[in-house]
Amino acid sequence: MLLNQFLILSAVLFCIGVYGVLARRNAVLVLMSIEMLLNAVNINLVAFSTRWGVSGQVFALFIIAVAAAEVGVGLAIVLLIYRNRTSIDLDELDEMKG
Amino acid sequence: MLDYVWIIPALPALSFVLILLFGKRLPKGGSEVGIALVGAAFVLSVIVGVQWIDRVESADSAEHAGAESAELEEQPVSTEETEGELIESETAAGSSGAFADVEPECSQAATAVDVDEAAQASHGTATAPSAEGGEGGHEAAPETQPVVRCVTWFETSGGDVTAGTMVDGLSVMMIFVVSFISLLVHIYSTDYVSGDRRYTHFFAFLSLFTASMLLLVLSSNTLQMMVGWELVGLCSFVLIGHWWEDKPNSDAALKAFITNRVGDIGLLVGVSIMFFAAGGTFSILDINIAAETGVMSHGWALAASVALMFAVMSKSGQFFLHTWLPDAMAGPTPVSALIHAATMVVAGVFLIARLYSVFWEGFQIFGSDINFMAFIGGFTTIIGALLAFAQKDIKKVLAYSTISQLGYMVMALGVGAWTAAVFHLFTHAFFKACLFLGAGSMSNAAHHSFDMVDDYGGLKKYMPITFWTYLISTLALAGLPPLAGFWSKDEILAGTGSLTEANGNYHLMLIFGGLTALLTAAYMFRTIWYSFYGQYRGHGTPQESGPRITAPLVILATFAVLAGFVNAPWWEFFKDWVEPVGAYFPGEIVHAEFNIGLAALSTALGLTGIALAFLYFWRGLGPHGLTAENRFARGGYLFLERKYYLDWLYEDVIVAAVKGPIARATYWINQRVIDRVVDEAGRTSVRAGKLVYEYVDQKVVDTVVNGSGVAAEESGEELRRIQTGRVQQYAALLFAAAAILGAIFVFVIG
Amino acid sequence: MEAFLDGWGLTLMVFLPLAGALLMMLIPRSHEETLKVYALVFSVAAAVMGILVMIWFDYGQAGELQFVVDRSWIDAINSRYIVGMDGISLPLVALTLLIVPLCVIYSWNHFPDPKNPKAFLILILILETGMVGTFVAQDLILFFVFFEVVLLPMYFMIGVWGGEERLYASIKFFLYTLFGSALMIISFVAVFFLAQDPSSGDALRTFDMRTLSSIGQAGMLGTAGLWIFAGMFVGFGIKVPMFPFHTWLPDAHTQAPTVGSVILAAILLKLGTYGFVRIALPILPEASEDWAPWIGLLAVIGIIYGAICCLAQTDMKRLIAFSSVAHMGFVMLGIATLTDFGINAAIFGMVAHGLITGMLFFLAGSVKERYHTMEIKRLGGILLQAPRLGWILGFTAMASLGLPGLAGFWGEFPAILSSWNPAAILPLETFRTYTIVAAVGTVLAAGYLLWLYQRTSFGRPTEEFATEQFRDVEAPEWVAWVPMLLLILALGVYPNLVFGVTDDAVTQIAAAFGG
Repeated sequence: MLLNQFLILSAVLFCIGVYGVLARRNAVLVLMSIEMLLNAVNINLVAFSTRWGVSGQVFALFIIAVAAAEVGVGLAIVLLIYRNRTSIDLDELDEMKG
Repeated sequence: MLDYVWIIPALPALSFVLILLFGKRLPKGGSEVGIALVGAAFVLSVIVGVQWIDRVESADSAEHAGAESAELEEQPVSTEETEGELIESETAAGSSGAFADVEPECSQAATAVDVDEAAQASHGTATAPSAEGGEGGHEAAPETQPVVRCVTWFETSGGDVTAGTMVDGLSVMMIFVVSFISLLVHIYSTDYVSGDRRYTHFFAFLSLFTASMLLLVLSSNTLQMMVGWELVGLCSFVLIGHWWEDKPNSDAALKAFITNRVGDIGLLVGVSIMFFAAGGTFSILDINIAAETGVMSHGWALAASVALMFAVMSKSGQFFLHTWLPDAMAGPTPVSALIHAATMVVAGVFLIARLYSVFWEGFQIFGSDINFMAFIGGFTTIIGALLAFAQKDIKKVLAYSTISQLGYMVMALGVGAWTAAVFHLFTHAFFKACLFLGAGSMSNAAHHSFDMVDDYGGLKKYMPITFWTYLISTLALAGLPPLAGFWSKDEILAGTGSLTEANGNYHLMLIFGGLTALLTAAYMFRTIWYSFYGQYRGHGTPQESGPRITAPLVILATFAVLAGFVNAPWWEFFKDWVEPVGAYFPGEIVHAEFNIGLAALSTALGLTGIALAFLYFWRGLGPHGLTAENRFARGGYLFLERKYYLDWLYEDVIVAAVKGPIARATYWINQRVIDRVVDEAGRTSVRAGKLVYEYVDQKVVDTVVNGSGVAAEESGEELRRIQTGRVQQYAALLFAAAAILGAIFVFVIG
Repeated sequence: MEAFLDGWGLTLMVFLPLAGALLMMLIPRSHEETLKVYALVFSVAAAVMGILVMIWFDYGQAGELQFVVDRSWIDAINSRYIVGMDGISLPLVALTLLIVPLCVIYSWNHFPDPKNPKAFLILILILETGMVGTFVAQDLILFFVFFEVVLLPMYFMIGVWGGEERLYASIKFFLYTLFGSALMIISFVAVFFLAQDPSSGDALRTFDMRTLSSIGQAGMLGTAGLWIFAGMFVGFGIKVPMFPFHTWLPDAHTQAPTVGSVILAAILLKLGTYGFVRIALPILPEASEDWAPWIGLLAVIGIIYGAICCLAQTDMKRLIAFSSVAHMGFVMLGIATLTDFGINAAIFGMVAHGLITGMLFFLAGSVKERYHTMEIKRLGGILLQAPRLGWILGFTAMASLGLPGLAGFWGEFPAILSSWNPAAILPLETFRTYTIVAAVGTVLAAGYLLWLYQRTSFGRPTEEFATEQFRDVEAPEWVAWVPMLLLILALGVYPNLVFGVTDDAVTQIAAAFGG
């Protein structure tokens, strides 16, 4: 059964994404890591669809659309931050500090 | 007229109102109104008297005519009664004529007596009076029933209490005496108080007094009597305090009123007892009948009698409530004559006479040797007479004499000599009024002094009319034949010493009476000596008073001579006319026979008294100056002078204690204890409030509120550190949390 | 006319004064004369309504409530607007409607400091609404509301127009009475929840006094009844005032302005005794029987105690205030006998005390106005300086000490008489003791009143006032006093004026006690 392999792939991909999100300083890379997280999920959904019908694939399509929008908005914010501060280093961004 | 006697008290009452409203604007200051209306009342009283006598006489003749068929006589009365019982009161009243609908029942006499009882006690049946209403044709009835008329006074407990008039021999005699003396006193006063600044006021109250007294004696029920009783007390108060600018006068007025109030406790309680004991009625007739027939038990009759005796003791100046009467002499002399000698003070005697059945049963006068009433009367007559010796003020001598004579009357009633007592009341009114008015006449001459020892003397030659009238009245009072006092006093002595067992056996009272006869003669001649003989000791030259003063004196003296004959042993009109016959009067009363030996004895005692006084004063014999030499004599005299220390006991001990320490102590309790509780409750709540505010509100409640704020602030201060603003840290936390959650799901729950 | 009175008579009588008060609020303070006229017009209008009602009142049916109006009011607690008048209410309503206009007339030129007739008269009118309302209310909550309405105006009257110690006195009056009211309302609420239909045993949940009286304590037996009665007892007893709840009275009377004292003595005190007769006895007949000996005991203590306190007074007004304690003792004794005659006497006593003590306070006010003192020691010889005033004082004092032939007697003697034979269920010996004690009280009454009279009116004026000239009784005083004096005399001579009206209604109450 191929399912296990897909799930392992998805888990690996997810871990890489998590690492990227937590460890990278560059905001663009963090965004890309988030895309990896989403795609890890997509793989899971498609893999499970072989067992429980096509609804998993439908969700995967939705996630791809949402991910596109999210990257659009994210990159626009990154661009604006860069314009204001000439840096996209996340460590320097602590405006929200309480 | 017998049905309309209410007019008689109404006339003087009208006079009171008229004098009060218009008196000052009238030429004679209101006295003319008083004399006219009281005169009218007198004329009506005489008419009533004549009609009453007529009624009695016709009843007597009817009795004689039908003497053989006594049973037949009983018939109509009893059938009427049975009817009344059978068809209920309403229909019974309906048969009595046109007034039936509006006329309430004056007495329950017909229904009060149980059928069985009536049948048993045959005399009760035969003589039960019926409230006659307007029936004219009934006058020929064999028994001379009282005429009772009444109207509804007020309703309570679904029934009516009535007010009305009751005319029988006693009340007829009383209205005659009251209106007669009152009229003379009115005339006398026009001279005596002329120029007084409250002249009008004086006459107004004389009229009111007359009205109240007439109301009292005509009352058909005890409640109404109480009204009259108190109103005469009021008039007495006002007139004693006539010259109220001076404190002694107002003190005397207060003393009189309050002492009478003390006695009125007895009246209030007595009337209450009789009301319930007689089955819920105020009617005098019903109460007497209840006492006679035994509806009112002996115990209640006794309780009521004792209570009422207190009222009698205060009003009629009996020992030990007599002390107000001598002080009452602070009022103008005509008042003393009218109120405090002739009429008001006999109200007590009248009360006993009116409710005699109650006393008769209560004290068991018929069979005992001594009873409360006879003893009080007998004792009073002695102590009053003794006190009269220690007085300098002539009016006080007369006052004590009055006390003594009233004691005589009460004693007579106490031994069952009803007629004698009432007869003595009748004669006493004339000669005592004459004595008082004579004393007034003298003081008029002696610059308004009543001090016979210091300011009188030798008045005989200046004031012959006063002297002669005074002397006649004195002899009458001393009981010398053939003057009025002799006949009445002798009857009383005969009553006490009837020596038959029938009316009890009152030998002690005979001794009291005899001793008093001697004392009376002696102290009265003492006043004559000081007033009329020796040298004049006052200022100026005394003159005989004017005709408005002397005329009443002469009239009264005439009566003092003649009044006794109406009940002389060979005529006995008085007994026939006055003594009630019927179920409301003790039927078993026994009349003492005229006893020539006793009469001689009492005359001798009187003469001895006179002789002793004559020897002591006129001849200067006897132990003069004894009080200076002998300690015991001095002590005795002092004891009399201080009036047995009763005044001291009442005024300085009882009254002073009540209005002084006791009142203050009570008020202290009120302020310091009862009110303190309230104040303290208030203060405590304020204090408690403060405590609550400080310790609970500020320290606890508010602390909690403030503390919650502080806690929120501080916890925020701590928690802000978590918020670094670093996205990745947040993400790390997020994933860590997710991981832990996942771990829990997997390892713990799963 | 009759239809109109049936529907509106009592309501108009109650609320006309209030309407007048509202109207007067719109008139500026400076229009004094207008204000006085308005106050008089409205109080007289209420009296006229009262007279019309009394004319159309069916005296043959005096035992029944008449002119009854029954409308929904507070549905949530089933309290209704019920007013009605019977023989017990009528004399007291008449008394109120008489006294208030007389008070307005008396104060015409006599406004106490700090003047301000507008506020003063408005308060009087509000008082009148409260008092008349209490006497006609037939619903417990409505009764309570009216009962409380009188508190506030009287509080202001004492607190603003009173004497030196007015704040103390007014607060004491207010709080003391309010305390009693609190217990009273608790009792009312308890009645509301406990009362049962005697036949079906259902809870009635009603404040309707007519219904509650007719069921005769059903559902409130035993301890519950006793406690409920105790609450009412304290509430009404404070108002009467009964010993030992009386101490607010002397202070309030001494400090109150004349008119305040008059209204207080003449009417306010009667709210308490009226409450006993109207509410406590009929609604809780069995508890009344248990409590009656105690009421009687407090009553006779009050009689003696009040009288003795009178003897200790140095202030004329305070003396009269204490005499109220004694006189209300006779009223309470009459009620405690639970007999027809006794309760009749109590109602008579209320009316008589209202007239007589009201009159005494008027007189005290007039004396104070002339002499500027109430201290007995400094007074004297009023009969010389103002003879008519002195005469009227004497007459009223005689009436107050219960002279037969004047009104006071008919409250006193029948109460004493009834206590000799109280309702069959009560302890006979106890009550007979009360009889004697109460009779002794009449002597003390004579003592303190005549002593007062002697010290103030007899004799000569004290040096302080010897040369002063005083005005004798003036026109407004005559107008205010003559009706009262005439009534005192008329009631005394022909007591049926009150007994005849009350007897039917009282018979029904007394029937519950077998008397």
